Amino acid sequence: MNPTPLWVIFVGSLFTNNILLASLLGMCSFLVCSSRIDTALGLSYAVIFVTTCTTAINYLIYYHVLVPLHLDYLAFVVFIAMIAAFVQFVEMFVERFSPKLYHSLGIFLPLITVNCAILGAVLFMVIRKYDFVQSVTFGVSSGMGWGLAILLMAGLRDKMGYSNVPAPLRGLGVLMMVTGVIAMVFMGFAGMLNMQ
Amino acid sequence: MADNSKHASCGGCRGKCKETMKSGIAANNPVLTQAIGVCSVLAVTTKLENSLVMGIAVIVTTSLSCLFMSLLRTITPPRIRMIVEIAIIAVFVICFDQILKAVYWDMSKQLGPYVGLIITNCIVMGRLEAFALQNPPLLSFVDGLSNGIGYALILAVVGFVRELLGSGTLFGVAVLPASVYQTNLLFVLAPGAFFTMGLLIWIINALKPKTAEASH
Repeated sequence: MNPTPLWVIFVGSLFTNNILLASLLGMCSFLVCSSRIDTALGLSYAVIFVTTCTTAINYLIYYHVLVPLHLDYLAFVVFIAMIAAFVQFVEMFVERFSPKLYHSLGIFLPLITVNCAILGAVLFMVIRKYDFVQSVTFGVSSGMGWGLAILLMAGLRDKMGYSNVPAPLRGLGVLMMVTGVIAMVFMGFAGMLNMQ
Repeated sequence: MADNSKHASCGGCRGKCKETMKSGIAANNPVLTQAIGVCSVLAVTTKLENSLVMGIAVIVTTSLSCLFMSLLRTITPPRIRMIVEIAIIAVFVICFDQILKAVYWDMSKQLGPYVGLIITNCIVMGRLEAFALQNPPLLSFVDGLSNGIGYALILAVVGFVRELLGSGTLFGVAVLPASVYQTNLLFVLAPGAFFTMGLLIWIINALKPKTAEASH
């Protein structure tokens, strides 16, 4: 098992090993949904919730069903099916209890299924050999890290509307540059602790 | 975004496979114009070799899953098509992953979770949704192939720049001697990926004729 203490996993995946800015996962919805702060906030709640639950569920399935049966090569299919089912559940839940949020998230909720951050968190959990508590901690904190990054970006994009960006750089180009700067800022935490 | 690609692909199917081929690589390149599948472009391109392996993986997965989805398109009920698509993609990704593990263990370890993450790569899913569901198998295969190649090209370019500037090597062979060029670690790390990608998009947009400007 991995000997990393829990608080290192927590702080590490929030800052130094941020799943978006260091592992570069979940870029698609990050780029699409970061234009408004409230959409970004809703999506990050959904992501935190889904990563937490799916890392826990997939941990149990992987170590208690797939590994004993020597079916671990099926892991990808099982993981993604689990995530898809879970997202479907969240979608129905949000539609029932918060129609406003449901409308503002629109088509992006099903997109969480193909959000690489979620599957990425699960795969990192397996590769780094976390135990159950570590996995759940990692799930919560990487979801929060992703949320932190997208909220920062949404805040910046609010202000960026007023700036004069060179025409060819507009759109995706300048988003990449700004994300690069944010990633550089987060690298500043790297000396603090290192997580593997 | 989705509308745009649909129009382009319809134009392609009335013409020939050649049209489709061209659109995926150049005019309608998935990464540059549709901004999808960016994650792995950024994550695996620290070395040129990794980028090429990843590019091959995406080409194989996209083209084969487009072919099979297109074969199954008439008998798949629309309600469950997403699950079918994911299952098809996952099968090919698992095959590739197992082969890579057997043939090239070091690379498999370096790519880590990113091979598995092809399943959630929006390019594959996007092509299946936008093209393979409406078009005959052969054309879908060509479309998948061309989008895969378009993607792999970007991957190769970004990988080339990052390995050259970041560690002064290409394919692990020293190209820029340390006395001439001080290597810049930033390009190997995550921010370098963003900057390289941003600059690439900037250059390509600046060189492109000013016709499709209004989309953003």
